[in-house]
Amino acid sequence: MFTALFNYWVVIVLMMAGLYIVMASGHLVKKIIGLNIFQTSVFILFISMGKVAGGTAPILKDGISVFSNPLPHVLILTAIVVGVATTALGLAIAVRIYEEYGTVEEDDIAEMDNHDQDLDIAEYQRIESGK
Amino acid sequence: MINMVLLMLLLASVYAIIRLDRLLTAVLLTSLFSVLVASIFMVLDAVDVAFTEAAVGAGVSTIFFLAALAIVGRQCKPTPRRKIIAPLIVVSATGCVLLYASLDMPRFGEPLAPVHQHVAPRYLNDSAAEVGPPNIVTSVLASYRGYDTFGEVGVVFTAFIGVLMLLGAGTRRTSIEPPTPTGAPKESMRKKVVLKEVADLVIAPVLIFALYVQWHGDFGPGGGFQAGVIFASGIFLYALIYGIEPAQRLLPPRRLAYFPAIGLLLYAAVGIISMLRGGNFLNYSVLVNDPLHGQHYGILAIELGVGITVAAVMINIFFSFSERSL
Repeated sequence: MFTALFNYWVVIVLMMAGLYIVMASGHLVKKIIGLNIFQTSVFILFISMGKVAGGTAPILKDGISVFSNPLPHVLILTAIVVGVATTALGLAIAVRIYEEYGTVEEDDIAEMDNHDQDLDIAEYQRIESGK
Repeated sequence: MINMVLLMLLLASVYAIIRLDRLLTAVLLTSLFSVLVASIFMVLDAVDVAFTEAAVGAGVSTIFFLAALAIVGRQCKPTPRRKIIAPLIVVSATGCVLLYASLDMPRFGEPLAPVHQHVAPRYLNDSAAEVGPPNIVTSVLASYRGYDTFGEVGVVFTAFIGVLMLLGAGTRRTSIEPPTPTGAPKESMRKKVVLKEVADLVIAPVLIFALYVQWHGDFGPGGGFQAGVIFASGIFLYALIYGIEPAQRLLPPRRLAYFPAIGLLLYAAVGIISMLRGGNFLNYSVLVNDPLHGQHYGILAIELGVGITVAAVMINIFFSFSERSL
């Protein structure tokens, strides 16, 4: 039982660790690291499901008859490359946010936004009362 | 057994990543994390995936993170204690539900698990006669699931367009801050004798290896995705040691920006040609008179398209980031 499900349990712990980083950390780049860990845990889940006991890599060769399942390999292989492309997109957004706000800490950004909004409201009220 | 040890190491590295506020160290640890994951894939028979994870996780994505950190700074604020509790509760509750659900999973390595009953037997038994290449992963990726792979390349291309729109193509010289007067740190890398000598020794073999992986993907582990990222990491190494400008002279970003589209169009063209010859979209069997030869040509062509798109996207994104950090 322990060895039979150990892979899945590690996957769950990793997945939750990734989710925790995304929720708890305020730094946008660290959040993306968390997302990457979450994503990798899904990769391990798929590949673990594809493993066949006593099997080998799915490359045909004389004298070998038991292969692991190639389908999860295909799905995950493409997902990894798509994953790095989307990670780059996320990092690009973080970089643009840094250039606009001078910080990538969630709290500071929210504070600056609220401050701007307060100024806008004050401006609006001033115009309204002036009418 | 090896599998378990590697998984335990994985948990340890993730714990360290959670605790670290120094992001540079955290990013380097994610690189280690990726190497461990690649080893686990190796143990679990997924050689193609291990290949990709090693090149992407330990190489390309680490470089992207480092490039981003060079712009936004390396330090993150420690999480205040009051913000730890709610996520911990959510994560623990979700984790418990998932652990309970995992008890219903088929046992690890079970040959009779549902996942092995559906289409996998056909791939394993018939791919040699229907598609040809000994590497079944390539047969499935390029032929049986050609549509899917086409979509994935499209997603990579779209993500590239997104980065291009956010950061620019790496062609313009206007960044927020002027270049540092003391000389960029990348310049000084060239003076590190050991780094330079090792890089000189390694760069050419890396690029040749990428081509080998590209063309040998039908027979052994490899293919366009892996070749693309390996080629890109060779170029990254060159750019890191010799500076961005020599790398951009070698591969001008303005021209390189066409290549992601060229790769994708090559892939689509193979599909259209097979339609013109009376088959379905991406049915390579009709490309030439002998179906197996048709499959072979089709796979080579679309893998080349994938390789071009992936390599060009990665190098372009790298240039876009590095222009910003200069």
